[in-house]
Amino acid sequence: MIASPGQAGRFGPYGGRYVPETLIPALDELAAAYEAALADPAFLAEADALAADYVGRPTPLYRARRFEAAAGIAPVYLKREDLNHTGAHKINNTVGQALLARRMGKPRIIAETGAGQHGVATATACALFDLECVVYMGSEDVERQSLNVYRMELLGAEVRPVESGTRTLKDATNEALRDWVTHVADTHYVIGSVVGPHPFPLIVRDFQAVIGREARRQIIEAEGRLPATVVACVGGGSNAMGMFHAFAGDEEVALVGVEAAGEGLGSGRSSASLGEGRPGVLHGSLSYLLQDPDGQVAPAHSVAAGLDYPGVGPEHAHLMDSGRARYVSVGDGAAERAFRELPALEGIIPALETAHALAWVAEAGRRGEVAAPVAVCLSGRGDKDVVHVSRLGGRGEA
Amino acid sequence: MVPGRIARRFAGLAAEGRAGFIPFVTAGYPTPDHTRDLLAGLAELGADVIELGIPFSDPMADGPTIQRSSQGALEGGTRVDDVFAALAELRRTSEVPVVLFSYLNPVYARGVGTFVSEAAEAGADGILPTDLPLGADPALEARLTESPLDFVRLIAPTTSADRVREIARASQGFVYYVARTGVTGARAELRGELAAEAGAVCAVSPVPVAVGFGVSTPGHARAVAAACDAVAVGSALVDRLDGGGVAGALALAGELRAALDEAGRSARRG
Repeated sequence: MIASPGQAGRFGPYGGRYVPETLIPALDELAAAYEAALADPAFLAEADALAADYVGRPTPLYRARRFEAAAGIAPVYLKREDLNHTGAHKINNTVGQALLARRMGKPRIIAETGAGQHGVATATACALFDLECVVYMGSEDVERQSLNVYRMELLGAEVRPVESGTRTLKDATNEALRDWVTHVADTHYVIGSVVGPHPFPLIVRDFQAVIGREARRQIIEAEGRLPATVVACVGGGSNAMGMFHAFAGDEEVALVGVEAAGEGLGSGRSSASLGEGRPGVLHGSLSYLLQDPDGQVAPAHSVAAGLDYPGVGPEHAHLMDSGRARYVSVGDGAAERAFRELPALEGIIPALETAHALAWVAEAGRRGEVAAPVAVCLSGRGDKDVVHVSRLGGRGEA
Repeated sequence: MVPGRIARRFAGLAAEGRAGFIPFVTAGYPTPDHTRDLLAGLAELGADVIELGIPFSDPMADGPTIQRSSQGALEGGTRVDDVFAALAELRRTSEVPVVLFSYLNPVYARGVGTFVSEAAEAGADGILPTDLPLGADPALEARLTESPLDFVRLIAPTTSADRVREIARASQGFVYYVARTGVTGARAELRGELAAEAGAVCAVSPVPVAVGFGVSTPGHARAVAAACDAVAVGSALVDRLDGGGVAGALALAGELRAALDEAGRSARRG
C-alpha cells in the first residue's frame, strides 16, 4: 500500500541524500529500523493504539455550510487535524518517530520548528516516552510564536533560539543538522516535514498519510463519492502529502497545494518554492528551492511561520512536474482575511498556515474555478497566531 | 593521464619525507583584498594544497567560525565569479594546487559542466563537495570524476570499514579524513583515537590521506602528521584572520608549516 521511493530515496529526480558523510550510517540505520518496524505487528499495534487513545484519531471530517455559502461552492469538508492533541497534524509524525527512536535505542531527540507546532508535538512525544528533547527555533520565530515556546518548556523540552542566517525555520534546520552530525550516536532527529535526506520524506509522509486515508473513507461515507478537489497548504508540505497520498491513485481527484505568496510572487518576499523556485539542494535533498543565480538560498517570507521555508518536500516537486498535483499560492493579506473569516462563520480559528488553503478555496470558489465536493485539510488550530494577527491590526481587512 | 598538480605535490612530499600542509580560506572574507593577500602569502610560505571555500548561505557542516566567514563573504557581495577571479589571480604567480571547497548547490545552480570547466579554466585542481557522499548521486558523481578536476571525497569517523575502502578508492588526488563527528571549528584538544583511526584509513587508501576538522595548533599538526600524509587547518586560520589580520593568519600558517616539517613524514609509506 505504501509507495516506496526506492533505496536511493528518489521521487522522480528529486530527493536523495545530499548530506555530510558523517550522517550516512545514521540514515542507513533509520531506513533499516523503519522497514523492520513496518513489518512488526507489535509496533503497528502500539502506533495505532496511541493514535486512537492519545492523539485522538480519527479526526472528524466536518461539512462547513456557512463557509460554503460565503464561498459560493458546496459541499466543502474540513478535515479537522486541529482537533488532534496539541492542535495540529504534526503529532501524527512525532509519535511515530518517537516510537522509532525508542526502537533504535536513542535516548535524545532533536527537532527544528518554525511556527512551534512541530516543536510542541515533538516535546509532547518526548514527554510521553521519557526522551530528552532539544528544539531549535529561529529567534525571529521565538519572538512571534512565544506561546509555543512556553508550551515546549512546560513539556520539558529545551528551546534553543537560532541567531544565524535569516533566524527562521531554514536556519533552525541547519542548526538541528549540525547538532545531529555532532551527537549522531545517541540522538535521533525528528524532522518535522516531508523534507531532508532519505528516508525522512518517506517516513514523515507515511506517518501523515493517516489524514488522507481517513478523509477518503469519511467523504465516501458522507457523499457516496470521492471529492473532486483536495486542498492543503504547503510549506515543507507534510500535511499536504498526508492528505494527498491516499488520493494519489484516484486520477479524477484534483490535488491542489497552496503555497505562501507572502507579499506577492516576484516581490522577493514569498515562500512559494514550487511557484517561483528552481531545483536545488538544501537540507539533504534535491527539490524546488528559492535561490539566487549563484545557488545561494534566498530568504523566504510568509506571515505564517510554518510556511516560511525556501524549500519544499521532494515528492511535491515530483507531483508538480508529473502534473498529478497543481500548486497555487496565496499572499499574506488573503490568508489573514481567511484567518478572521472562518471563526466568524464556523466557530473555528484556523492556523495562519491553514488559512492559506481556506483562502484559496474561498477565492477560487467565488470565481467558480474549483470543482465540488472539496476536502480541505484543516491542518492546525490558530490559537498560537491570535496575538500576532491582532498586532497586525486591520491590515488583513483591506 | 598526466598527473595533476595535486598528485605531483604529494609525490614530491613523499620523496622529501614531509607531511603536507593544507590551509583553508573562505573566499571573499572579510574582503577580496584579504583573500588575494592570504592566498599569495600561503603559497609563498609553502602551503602544499590550498582549500578555497566558496561561501554558502546554509553551511550545515560548519561551526560558528566558518558560518560567520561565509555569511560575511556573502554580505560583502562575493559571487562564484569572484572566487574564480581570485583563483586566476593566484595562478599568475603560483602553481600551488587549489581545491575548491563547496556545498553542492552553488555547483548545481551553475550547471555542473559549466562549473567545472570555469573552475579548471581559472586554475582549480580539485573540488570537494561537502554534501555529496559516495553513492548519493551516481550520475553527478561520475561527471565530477570524469571532469578535469580531482574529485576529493570525505571519510568520517562513523564511516564503516567497507565504505572507507570504497570511498578511498573513489577519491581523486587525496582523501579527506574528518577528525571528529561534528562540524568544523577550532578545538583545544584532539581525540586520543584520532591517530589510530587516521592510520587505519591510510592503510587501505590508494591515495594520500589528509586530516582536518578541529586541527588548530602546531602541536595538533605535529600529532596528526605522524598518522597521515597531510593536515588541513581551517577555522583556526579564520579565527586568527579575525583577530590579527592577514599577517596574523600567515604567522599561524608559518608555525603550522614549521611544525609539520619538524614532524617529518609518517613512517607508513616509507
